[in-house]
Amino acid sequence: MEASVEIAVCLKRVPDTAEADVKVDASGKDIVRDKLAFTINEADNYALEEALLAKEKHNANVTLVSVGAKESEEVLRMGLAKGATAAARIDSAGLGETDGIGIARVLAGWFQGKTFDLIVTGAIASDDGNSQVGPALAELLGLPHAAYVTKLDIQAGTATVKRELEGGFLEVKELATPCVVTIQTGGNAPRYASIMGIKRAGAKPIEQAAPAKAESKTQLIKVYVPEIVGAAQMVEGTVDEKALKIAQLLKEKGAV
Amino acid sequence: MSNSIMVLVEHRQGAIRDVSFEMLTAARKLGAGNVEAVLMAESCDLLAPAIAPHANKVVCVSGPIFRDFNYEPYQKALVKLAAERKPAAILIANSAFGTDLGPSLAVALNAGLVSDAVACTKADSGFSVSRGMYAGKLVADWAVRSEPSVIMVRQSNFKAEPASLGGTVEKWDAGDVVSGAKTKFLSLEEVPTTGIDITKATIVVGIGRGIKEAKNMPLAQEFAQDIGAVLAASRPVVDAGWLPKEVQIGSSGKTIKPKLYIALGISGAFQHIAGMKGADTIIAVNKDPKAPIFSVAHYGIVDDLHKVVPALRTKIKEMKT
Ligand SMILES: Cc1cc2nc3c(=O)[nH]c(=O)nc-3n(C[C@H](O)[C@H](O)[C@H](O)COP(=O)(O)OP(=O)(O)OC[C@H]3O[C@@H](n4cnc5c(N)ncnc54)[C@H](O)[C@@H]3O)c2cc1C
Repeated sequence: MEASVEIAVCLKRVPDTAEADVKVDASGKDIVRDKLAFTINEADNYALEEALLAKEKHNANVTLVSVGAKESEEVLRMGLAKGATAAARIDSAGLGETDGIGIARVLAGWFQGKTFDLIVTGAIASDDGNSQVGPALAELLGLPHAAYVTKLDIQAGTATVKRELEGGFLEVKELATPCVVTIQTGGNAPRYASIMGIKRAGAKPIEQAAPAKAESKTQLIKVYVPEIVGAAQMVEGTVDEKALKIAQLLKEKGAV
Repeated sequence: MSNSIMVLVEHRQGAIRDVSFEMLTAARKLGAGNVEAVLMAESCDLLAPAIAPHANKVVCVSGPIFRDFNYEPYQKALVKLAAERKPAAILIANSAFGTDLGPSLAVALNAGLVSDAVACTKADSGFSVSRGMYAGKLVADWAVRSEPSVIMVRQSNFKAEPASLGGTVEKWDAGDVVSGAKTKFLSLEEVPTTGIDITKATIVVGIGRGIKEAKNMPLAQEFAQDIGAVLAASRPVVDAGWLPKEVQIGSSGKTIKPKLYIALGISGAFQHIAGMKGADTIIAVNKDPKAPIFSVAHYGIVDDLHKVVPALRTKIKEMKT
């Protein structure tokens, strides 16, 4: 492939809520964020790695783009530290309430007039769980796409991908480039940034852009904590007491 | 507003996937007088009779291009069909198939989209749809008001119920809109096997991200050995390369139905639950009292697995002697 392969990676900064207590805020439409740690969206990390691997293989440029507030520059810097070439932030202030397709419209606005051989995104965001942005962006840009990709191989004019299906199946597909691919977790091993990389990234400029208008056809009404249905019988006590109770259970079930 | 609901039938390797019957049930419950199942396949003859009882009409779109799943011809045909029929909503599975198709279809139709729907009701205009967020820790209610609305339905969430609508089967020709695809289906592959079959085990220990580091894996391995269990895992543990893909439990892994399943440090995302909810007895250890796993477990222990498992191993050793 010729030297100037251009790859774009869409990144999202998300709260890490796996072990945190998630509380609904006063608006009833969002969560209380001040005590949460934020990080790069898990699947995006694999998308970024896929782009960096392609960069090494094809001598590509890797441009990062994120829609978000000022803080989302953290994830852009992380990507730059790992080896991305350039980064842009589309400011989410004034965007108002929007949905996955709305974010895709904002991104499509930014991509307008630019040329990339490949655009990669994460397959799903760990906060909203939408899985919408990549394929919607592709359609808005008139490009082909593949979602839930765990293996990606780009050649001149085409990309061969493996998409993950349910139940241990993979689908092998060929796409004409330019195309959009959403990356599922597990297909590679995301790298860590080096100290040198982090130092260098701190000094790199981040392009600032304003969002295109993103009217949405859906409306968020409210968010709430689900009722626990068919709740488990909870085993209480000290660690030792709990251990004893489980051991007895295991014995009852024939495991001991 | 139209009262018809279109349901895209999903099939793989010649069989209709369960989620299609779940969506058809959901569509009937939306009170739609007209449930249209859209079946796109190389030939409809084999599959249409199975669907007909569940819909008022089966729209058969056939041709070699529909032999294997490829979102492009499906999308182009659906756009044309929706323009003719003007359904109030199009239901699509929130599956690997549906996720490839749904968002770009919604853009092409200029429609509102809600993905991963777990509940859906008809509203004054449009639909009210509930969906999960933050891996099941929250639910969000959305209103979607476009015509059509595209709703992607979570698999194994709605219960498929029998029906006897005796729907008519109508052939519909997509014409040449489906030509000129920029994507091509090449083949279907199965994840290579290493010889461990978690689907046959009677006792399974599932290990999740709560194990934290590779160096903690022996704890899980030894515990599984103690109780004669097979060690399996949630996706992040497999993604990290600590266990082979073959022992992943869940929608993109294996479905297990053991007598006993012990989930250690697993949050209980629906993709995981889809693979283990059929276990006779489920014991979950998680330090977060609000972890969704506790809504499917029979016994719950809120604590640190790194403390509970060693204590448990000691108790088991005592019991054995
Ligand atoms: C298309 C698709 C397919 C997927 N397929 C699958 C699949 O087949 N199988 C699957 O499992 N997932 C699948 N996933 C991923 C799924 O959405 C979740 O991300 C995953 O199940 C989370 O795994 P986990 O519970 O181990 O990790 P987390 O969600 O991070 O949860 C870790 C849990 O461990 C607890 N914990 C942490 N430390 C401790 C401790 N010391 N002691 C006790 N508890 C502790 C935390 O409280 C938390 O609840 C899929 C996702 C997508 C998008």
